[in-house]
Amino acid sequence: MSTGSPSSRRSSLPLRARLATTVGGAAGRASRLAGRGDGSVIGGVIGLRLKPDLLSLLARGRQIVLVTGTNGKTTTTRLITAALGALGQQVASNAFGANMEAGLVAALARAPDATMAVLEVDEKYMPAMLEATGARVVTLLNLSRDQMDRAAEIWLLARRWRAALAAAGCRVIANADDPLVAWAAGRARQVTWVAAGQRWHDDSWCCPNCGSHLRRDGEDWYCGECPNRRPPVSWVLAGDEVIDPTGRSRPLDLVLPGRANRSNAVIALAAADVFGVGVTQALGALQQVRSVAGRYTQVQRRGCDLRLLLAKNPAGWLEALDILTPAPVPVLLAVNAQVPDGRDTSWLWDVDYRRLRGRPVFVTGERRIDLAVRLEADEVAFRLAGTVDEAVDLAHSQSMDVIANYTAFQQIRAVLGRTV
Amino acid sequence: MEQGPGRGYEAAGFRGPSALRLVWVYPDLLSTYGDRGNLLVLARRARLRGVPVEIAEVNSDQRVPAGGDIYLMGGGEDLPQVLAARRLQADGGLAAAAGRGAVVFAVCAGYQIVGTEFGGAEGEPVPGLGLLDIRSGRGERRGVGEIVADVDPVLGVERLTGFENHQGMTWRGPGVKPLAAVLTGVGNGDGTEGAYRGRVVGTYLHGPALVRNPGLADLLLGWVVGTLPPIDPRQEDLVQSLRRDRLAAQGASS
Repeated sequence: MSTGSPSSRRSSLPLRARLATTVGGAAGRASRLAGRGDGSVIGGVIGLRLKPDLLSLLARGRQIVLVTGTNGKTTTTRLITAALGALGQQVASNAFGANMEAGLVAALARAPDATMAVLEVDEKYMPAMLEATGARVVTLLNLSRDQMDRAAEIWLLARRWRAALAAAGCRVIANADDPLVAWAAGRARQVTWVAAGQRWHDDSWCCPNCGSHLRRDGEDWYCGECPNRRPPVSWVLAGDEVIDPTGRSRPLDLVLPGRANRSNAVIALAAADVFGVGVTQALGALQQVRSVAGRYTQVQRRGCDLRLLLAKNPAGWLEALDILTPAPVPVLLAVNAQVPDGRDTSWLWDVDYRRLRGRPVFVTGERRIDLAVRLEADEVAFRLAGTVDEAVDLAHSQSMDVIANYTAFQQIRAVLGRTV
Repeated sequence: MEQGPGRGYEAAGFRGPSALRLVWVYPDLLSTYGDRGNLLVLARRARLRGVPVEIAEVNSDQRVPAGGDIYLMGGGEDLPQVLAARRLQADGGLAAAAGRGAVVFAVCAGYQIVGTEFGGAEGEPVPGLGLLDIRSGRGERRGVGEIVADVDPVLGVERLTGFENHQGMTWRGPGVKPLAAVLTGVGNGDGTEGAYRGRVVGTYLHGPALVRNPGLADLLLGWVVGTLPPIDPRQEDLVQSLRRDRLAAQGASS
């Protein structure tokens, strides 16, 4: 793939595109200075208004990795970026999760000299962003129900992915353990299959190809009524270890907690391998990642060590509940239902909370009553708290885990002074 | 070998004749919007009154038992909906149960399936189970958001609050009554919401419907168990406050 001379990239852009990135960049800086978010979106929005095909122009000549899926996009983007850092080249990335077109534009405009880019992409926009960027690699993490009041239904989404990937020339790195993802990648020309695991099964009981009830046998899955089955894998997450395509196994030893992050890491290793970054070298970089956009960070608050976990949908909550510090360490759960969270709280009923029985549980957020009713039905004892500080005071504990959905998480970060 | 979405809430098969038997139909195909909530709330409200409960979660590769008291069906995408309808027709268990007077509570895609016809993925007509004389098709735009509706006064159930997310429109034949009149939201598309005849009830409300509307849950339970003793008000505090909260957000009173 030709990459062109990085230093000449910006000056080779058409005049209007150069103007668009300059104006957009200035707006982004102004937005950051004004303390309104990280400024990555507004710049892109303005740039796109001036030059609608700006993303294609900015992507031209770069080697681009797109990262998509329901959960783990931001973390995996960060991990792949870290691994590619071993090549010693600048890597552009939308590290803070601005994953629609404007966010991608802003990330590329900010790094005109980067020959590589790792870009998180919203699931719905993946086909369009793949076409616009001509990405070399697309990684598919997982697909499950999420914000259904505004997101596409996931079988429909899988069908769109499948068509887009069949038409593109990119390499796909796909989680073979998620039947919807495997089906979506099934017609792509080059696929690296990763056994990255699937904790949440409730959106894949049925064959995406024919609709029959899927059979599961340990890690394996297959359809009883059509030829669809789990593809043979070349990378495997086995407990705390990664097995590479040569069969060599190594401990992952991540600082980031949980099975979901080990899964993200193995996919990141497979992506880095496409660019010639060896497992040992890539793994060394992944082990340095301690927190991602505030997630997994420890913060002191009124004498209590808070650990922040973000979970936006049932599959995410399942993974977050898995990595809680064991009882009796208290847990604070925070739920909102603003537009970015999805206005519908029905998903609370898809999460099994019974494992929280017998430990101190506090409930906050704008929709804490919805969550309280849910916990009551699962016979989980809890106390309501108006704020994080109130929960900390009620808990009288040296540490507490916090699980929050999207805007609740951002509100908590704001209260804690965005030190994280 | 894990073969279905059951999570140990359910007992294996039906045992005691005195227990209330709840059947969740096809959670593998029809469960998208917290549909489990309706099952959990029915079980909770029965147990709070000392009624033992047995639950069967029946996947699409299993027979639907004919001996249940209340059958629940949830929402689903187009493809799973068509498959579920086909399998239920071939199975016959649900129709047989409804025929001998069992309660059927069907939400969203399930609501459409219990009718005579609904629209498939490309809008083509797909035959339903015909438990209710209703037909459903695709409306102009998706109805997404909070819904408030007043239940048919004959049923004596308080004002409904829920969340809807569908593009369906539903027309009733003679003898089928609307479940409620819409105050806010879309419902069937003609100012009404849901439908019922005898003990077969369908609705576009998820949210899930029985969580936010314990009166509706008690209506279904009462059809099976008879007169229900009241529940300790302390056990109702939270759900009543959730109802007030949701109705107030729509500018409605409870």
